[in-house]
Amino acid sequence: MTINEPDLTVDIGGLELQNPVMPASGAFGEGMDQVIDFNLLGAVVPKSITKFPRGGNPTPRVCETYGGMINSIGIQSKGIEHYLNETLPYYRKYQVPLISSISAESVEEFVEMAETIEAVPNVAALELNISCPNLKDNGLAFGMDEDITYELVRKVRGVTNKPILTKLTPNVTNIQKIALAAENAGADALVVANTLLSMAIDIDTWKPKIGNVMGGLSGPAVKPIIVRQIYQVHEVSRLPIIGCGGVMTADDAIEMLLAGATAVQVGTANFVTPTAMIDMIDGIRKYMKAHDLKRIDDIVGKVVLTNQKKVES
Amino acid sequence: MKAYDLKLLSNRQVSARYWHMVVDASAVEDNVQPGQFFNIRCGNTYSPLLRRPFSIYRINKNTLEFLYLVKGEGTKKLTELEKGETINLFGPLGVPFSLEKEDQTILLLARGVGIATLAALAQEANEMGIKTVAILSARTRDDLLATEALHSFGAEVYKVTEEEGTSDVENVRQILHRILDTHLINRLFTCGSKRLSVLLQGIGKERGIPGQIALEEHMGCGMGVCYACVCDIQRSGAKHSVKVCQDGPVFSLEEVVLA
Ligand SMILES: Cc1cc2nc3c(=O)[nH]c(=O)nc-3n(C[C@H](O)[C@H](O)[C@H](O)COP(=O)(O)O)c2cc1C
Repeated sequence: MTINEPDLTVDIGGLELQNPVMPASGAFGEGMDQVIDFNLLGAVVPKSITKFPRGGNPTPRVCETYGGMINSIGIQSKGIEHYLNETLPYYRKYQVPLISSISAESVEEFVEMAETIEAVPNVAALELNISCPNLKDNGLAFGMDEDITYELVRKVRGVTNKPILTKLTPNVTNIQKIALAAENAGADALVVANTLLSMAIDIDTWKPKIGNVMGGLSGPAVKPIIVRQIYQVHEVSRLPIIGCGGVMTADDAIEMLLAGATAVQVGTANFVTPTAMIDMIDGIRKYMKAHDLKRIDDIVGKVVLTNQKKVES
Repeated sequence: MKAYDLKLLSNRQVSARYWHMVVDASAVEDNVQPGQFFNIRCGNTYSPLLRRPFSIYRINKNTLEFLYLVKGEGTKKLTELEKGETINLFGPLGVPFSLEKEDQTILLLARGVGIATLAALAQEANEMGIKTVAILSARTRDDLLATEALHSFGAEVYKVTEEEGTSDVENVRQILHRILDTHLINRLFTCGSKRLSVLLQGIGKERGIPGQIALEEHMGCGMGVCYACVCDIQRSGAKHSVKVCQDGPVFSLEEVVLA
């Protein structure tokens, strides 16, 4: 008798991936090609791109906290021209789908960038980083407001046929409302989520540990919050969810699948273990074999809630 | 570059604040060069989480040596590892120092843990038949760690410390000028102090001697993907942002913006 290999493929809003593991934007790049084979990943996601070149924030741009790290890089970017002429051609040698993460300062700029990228054949999908500050709304993130999220996704939907992944910010009162706004506006998938706004202070110098004062928390410390948000989004939305935040191992990825994610993105773990994503894919395969699971769908959202009364909040 | 699990051959305290670590590097396939670094996991748990960059102190046939200052959570954890345990080192990373065959004499200006970084270079210079003159600066005499190693590489060593009140920039400036007046120095190297780097940059420009600097920055990934450890360099009249981990840590002393 031959043992059937489990099927790790997933469908993310029309995008077929060979497995549910992909990098998180900003924590992955060309420099990693010497450490892992990108062709083994579910997809590649280069760092968020902005329309114009940006210098980024003052250093220190990262600091460590208990079980996590804070970053405030400020989307240092060489601009969309460089992205089209250098970054995208570099990735052409890989067969896995490429997801373009875009960041912008206004809804109009998001639309303009989406239009530009629509014309590029080797981009398989768009990821909207709506956690970045909206200059027309006092720098508040687009993704903190239901109506702005709706308007943004709606307008981008109008100019692109590529799948739209909307990357939500976790820094909201009710993530379900934002998720539904994105879904109703035509998003194909939701990434849950970006980093958690945070701050750390050095008690010797009395200065913030991050040059930009505040930054985004990522790493193992944030995972329980993200698992909760995936669960909440999965309760109300039919869109596939990509879990992101604190995925270090296959176990973490499987936990997110159980909460309702169809795939995961991996950021900080790449810095700790450069082969983390590859190890994770192997680990998920082993888990599926051990539990006789045939497809990823057999895990997605399968958290068992019997005998546990959920208090409506 | 690769993440290697290497065996710890020794890990011991060598002064009040410094530790010395030796790992079995027989499994390391890459050619390791002075100025490069390894991004090291300080333990097996998520606290500390991120790797810490350590420049290489000595490169031997089958071993690598690191000299480290115990400063925070990561290095504290590192001191707890014992001989025989394995430790995960990712590297070698970054651009190394470069010496030219025609170089006859080089000058090193090192401060604190920067002494370790430049000691590896003195070793290579010695192997190439290049003479080294070194100025070492530290808080205490006890912290002037690699002095003996430098002597063994035939270096002429000048030492300054806070303890003896000799480490102020003015005094170092005078020592530098005296050395440069009496030796034909082909290349300058520095690591470990912003103030001393600014000083050396000025003197190098004044006297038209090229130099290299190894920078230290808080790093995220160590492999050029996260843009945490950036600095500016001035090249052909314009400022460019570069990544310390990938484009450096060694940069041209003339080009680096030390503001
Ligand atoms: C250094 C760094 C840079 C990041 N840059 C971006 C970015 O450009 N765009 C984006 O959408 N998210 C960015 N993120 C957030 C990650 O994509 C991810 O959402 C977050 O780190 C949580 O996942 P993790 O815990 O696996 O790291 C960045 C994170 C880090 C640590």
